[in-house]
Amino acid sequence: MIARVLIKPKDGILDPQGKAVERALPTLGVGSVSDVRVGRMVELHYEDRAELESLCERLLVNPLIEDYEIEEMTPTESSASRPVPSDEAS
Amino acid sequence: MRFGVLRFPGSCDEVDALLACERVGDAAIVWHGDEDLGDVDAIVIPGGFSYGDYLRVGAIARFAPAMERVLEFAAGGGPVLGICNGFQVLCEAGLLPGALLPNDGLRFLCRQVDVEVVDAGTAWTCACTAGDVLSIPVKHTTGRWFAPPELLERVEGSGQVTFRYAAGANPNGSLNDVAGVRNEGGNVVGLMPHPEHAVDPLTGSTDGLRLFESAARLLAAA
Repeated sequence: MIARVLIKPKDGILDPQGKAVERALPTLGVGSVSDVRVGRMVELHYEDRAELESLCERLLVNPLIEDYEIEEMTPTESSASRPVPSDEAS
Repeated sequence: MRFGVLRFPGSCDEVDALLACERVGDAAIVWHGDEDLGDVDAIVIPGGFSYGDYLRVGAIARFAPAMERVLEFAAGGGPVLGICNGFQVLCEAGLLPGALLPNDGLRFLCRQVDVEVVDAGTAWTCACTAGDVLSIPVKHTTGRWFAPPELLERVEGSGQVTFRYAAGANPNGSLNDVAGVRNEGGNVVGLMPHPEHAVDPLTGSTDGLRLFESAARLLAAA
């Protein structure tokens, strides 16, 4: 199976990258976008959901400073279109 | 006494760390893939960009075979010092509290800073006196120490803050001006400033030498 792990700075933690992006918006004439947070996305193949979650906690994510969610994908969606919500998502 | 200085792919300050250690004792490089640290009395994890800083700074280095041995060495009370990237590695490995985030100004910083020794009871500060101000350079992009409120309270409450940037000298937005912390036992210390770059009058300060002298003094007394 394929999943995307979406990782972003925890709420309340200053995200200088997001701020830098935000500061560029006025020069583009963009006025309706705010609260930019920059994170990262890890796409991977996996077989065992529990093992994937353990991997997130042990390596992909630092739970002190980052939040994450796992989006399970169908193979055809992995390279392009939109994610499917996980049936285990709360 | 003998220092071991770790070298990861992407380390860049290990030679300076080695030379700093050699001013107070013997020293040797330990390759990250080594299963054996060799006959060492203290470990220094130097600065740089271990494993390209991929994923998160320090995140991958902590899984190196040599780091497994460092964890055991630290658990046995062995003195371990993490400098800059080495500090990040120790935080990721769970040996030190907190995490390092990108500087609040998002810039690479390279400058001399005044760093106050808060706790002179650790393996790496016992040749100092609490309140001493050391002139040591910083050079980093990801040096903003952070801990969530409960952890911060615990770290402050148990006196684990070892170094603070002097008043007005906080270069990166670190919480409570924290420049370095220790573990509960005081044998593991990490800091963002680079004491190994401040050991020769040629570069303007020899204050960094005090950290290496501390470990040497401690081990000589043991």
